[in-house]
Amino acid sequence: MTSQSASAATERGADPFLVVEDLTVRFPTEDGLVTAVSGLSYSVGMGQTLGIVGESGSGKSVSSMAILGLHDAKTARITGSIRVEGTEIIGLAEPRLRKLRGNSVAMIFQDALAALHPFYKVGAQLAEAYRVHHPSASKRDARRKAIEMLDRVGIPQPDARVDDFPHQFSGGMRQRAMIAMGLINDPSLIIADEPTTALDVTVQAQILDLLQDLQREFNSAVIIITHDLGVIAEMADDVLVMYAGRAVEYGQCKELLTHPEMPYTWGLLSSVPDVTADTDARLIPIPGNPPSLLSPPTGCAFHPRCVHSDKVPGDLCATTLPELTPGVRGVGHLKRCHLANADDIYQAEVLPEIAPELVEES
Amino acid sequence: MFAYIVKRLIAGVVVMFMISAAVFLLFWYGPSAPAKPLCDRDTNNRCTDVRLAQYTESLGYNNPVYSEYGKYVKGIFVGRKITIGPTTYDCPAPCLGYSARTKVPVWGEMKQRLPATISVAVGGATLYLLFGVPIGVAAARRRGSVTDKALVSSFLVLSSIPYYLFALLTWLYLTVIYELPVFGNPGYYPFTDNPAKWFQGLGLAWVCLGIFGCTQYTRYSRGAMVEALSEDYIRTAKAKGLPPRTVVYKHGLRAALVPIVTIFGIDFGTLLAGTIFTEKIFEIQGIGFWSLQAVYGKDLPVVSATALFAAAVLIVSNLMVDVLYSFLDPRVRIS
Repeated sequence: MTSQSASAATERGADPFLVVEDLTVRFPTEDGLVTAVSGLSYSVGMGQTLGIVGESGSGKSVSSMAILGLHDAKTARITGSIRVEGTEIIGLAEPRLRKLRGNSVAMIFQDALAALHPFYKVGAQLAEAYRVHHPSASKRDARRKAIEMLDRVGIPQPDARVDDFPHQFSGGMRQRAMIAMGLINDPSLIIADEPTTALDVTVQAQILDLLQDLQREFNSAVIIITHDLGVIAEMADDVLVMYAGRAVEYGQCKELLTHPEMPYTWGLLSSVPDVTADTDARLIPIPGNPPSLLSPPTGCAFHPRCVHSDKVPGDLCATTLPELTPGVRGVGHLKRCHLANADDIYQAEVLPEIAPELVEES
Repeated sequence: MFAYIVKRLIAGVVVMFMISAAVFLLFWYGPSAPAKPLCDRDTNNRCTDVRLAQYTESLGYNNPVYSEYGKYVKGIFVGRKITIGPTTYDCPAPCLGYSARTKVPVWGEMKQRLPATISVAVGGATLYLLFGVPIGVAAARRRGSVTDKALVSSFLVLSSIPYYLFALLTWLYLTVIYELPVFGNPGYYPFTDNPAKWFQGLGLAWVCLGIFGCTQYTRYSRGAMVEALSEDYIRTAKAKGLPPRTVVYKHGLRAALVPIVTIFGIDFGTLLAGTIFTEKIFEIQGIGFWSLQAVYGKDLPVVSATALFAAAVLIVSNLMVDVLYSFLDPRVRIS
C-alpha cells in the first residue's frame, strides 16, 4: 500500500511536499480506545490539490490536524509517518512543530466566527500570526502586512477594516480574513477544513475561486476537506474518500468521480441534489448511520450499509477487511472493496439511477 | 455610553429610595417599639410613662409614617434637627440620623468606620484573586490530571464549610491554639497611624477571606478557563504556531476573564457592604460589625444607613461591572 501511493506520486512527476504513510490516530476515551484514523496514506505535491471527502466522524479533520501536530501529545496515540518537505512530524519536538505551524503549513478552519478570537481585532490577529514567525518584524510592518493580506483576499477598504472585530465582518468576509491569516506567511501547504461550510452558495464560489487563485499564485500544496462533492469536482486534482477512519477510494479527481469503484462513493454521488432535476424527485440517501469508531463493524466497515454486498461471494464483506488495491482501471485508482467488477455495476445499476443522461455517453 | 451610565445611575437612585422606604416601613410596623428600650437605657431603667410618652413623641412615633419618612429623606439632602427624649441634636446634611444608642451622627460614624471595611475587603479580595485565578488556570491546563482532581475536590470540601465556622476555626487555631505572633492582636488600627499594626491587625481577616474566596475563585476560573480553552479560536491560535504561554494567557485567559470579572464585581460589592462575620470574629470596627450592633440595639437610623450603604455599593459595583464588561467584550460595546 505504501509503495503504491508513493508510486502514484512519482507517476505525476512531482516530488511530493507532503507524504502521509500508514497514519493511525487513536484516542483513549472513557468507553475505550477510539481509532479515529487507521492506516491512512496519501501524498500531495506542490501546486497540487487533494480533496478529502467523507461523512462527519470519518477521520478527515483528525488526520489533517495530525499534520500540524495539533493533537494532545499526552492523550493521542499516533503511529505511522507524516513527512512535510522530508521532515518527520510524528514525534517532532513541540518547539520545532511550532516553527512549522502557520508558517510552512497553515490551516484554514471552518466557521470563522468561532475560529477567530472574538475579543481581538481582525488586523491584530493577522499581525500576530505574522509576527510569531517574523520576530524581527515591527508592529507597523506586521500591520502593513495584515492590510496587504486583507486586500489580497478581497476585503474592501482593508486599511479601515483591519481595526474591526470579527463580529463586525460578514460571514464571507470573516472566511476571507481566516484565509488571509492562513496565507500571511506564504505557506507551502494549506489545509482548508471545510472552508465553505455555513456560507451561502455565491460566497462559497467566491471563496473557492479565491483559494484557487492564491494557490496558483503561491504554488502551494492544498488539502481541502469537505463533504461537498461539488467542491471536490471544482477544486481537487486527487480525491481521497474516507470512511470510518480509513481511505476507501483514492485516485485522480475526474477518474474517481466518473468511474467510482466503491459503493460508498456511489452513495455520496447519489446523495448530491441535482438542481436541474424534477423538483419532486427524492434524494437518494445512504441507508443506515456512520459506524461507531469504538467498535467498528468487522470486515469492510461499510458492509452493514452496503446494498451491493450480495454481489460478493460468501460473507467476505462481513469477515475480511478489503485491502486498498488498484481496481480494474489502473494503478492510479485505488479502492477498498471486494467487488470484482465494480465499474460495470456502477455503469449498469447506479449511473442510470442518479444521472440517466450520462449513460449513453459513457 | 455616557447616556447609558446616567440612565443606570437614575435607576440606582430609584432603587435606593425603594430600599430606604422598605427599611423604614419594616421598622415602623415591626413588632417592637424602639422608644421603650431607648428610654430604659437613657434613664437607667427608670422609664416612667411620662418619659416614655416624651420619647415616643420626640422620635415621631405619634405622627403618620409618611411624614416621618419625608423628614428622613429631607434630612439627607438639607439636614435637620433631631430630638431624642429631652435632648435636641443638630444634624447637618447628609443627615442619616443620629444613632439612638450612642447619640452620634450616623454619617460621621460611617465615614469613620469605612476605612476598616475597605481595608478588609481590598486585602481579602487581593489575596483570593492573586491565588484563586492562577490556581484555577493551572488546574484548567492540567484538566483531568491527578493534581487537578485533588485540587478541585479539596477546594470543594473547603468551600462547603460554612464561612463563619471556617473563620472561627481559623481564628481559634492561629491565635488561640498556636498563638502565631503575626496574628497577635486582631482589630483595626488606622494605616496612617501605624502601618505595621494595621497589617498585623487585619492579617488574620485577610487570610480567612483570602483562603475561603480562593477556593471559590479557583473553581470559577478553572471552569471559565476549561470552557475558553476548548473554543475553536484556541485551536486557531495553536495552529498559528503561537507558544503555549500566549495561547493560554493571551487567548484563553483573556476570554475567561469576562465571567470572572462579572462575579468579582458583585463579590467585591458584597464585601464592601460589610463583612459581618469577618468583622465580628476578628473584632474589626467596620460597617458590618456596626450593622450587627444596630440590629441588636434596635437602632433604626444605623440599620437604615447600613442598608442604604450596602444598596449603594452594590448598585455602583453592578454598574461598574457592566461598564467594564463593554470594555472587555467588544461584542457588547454600548454605543
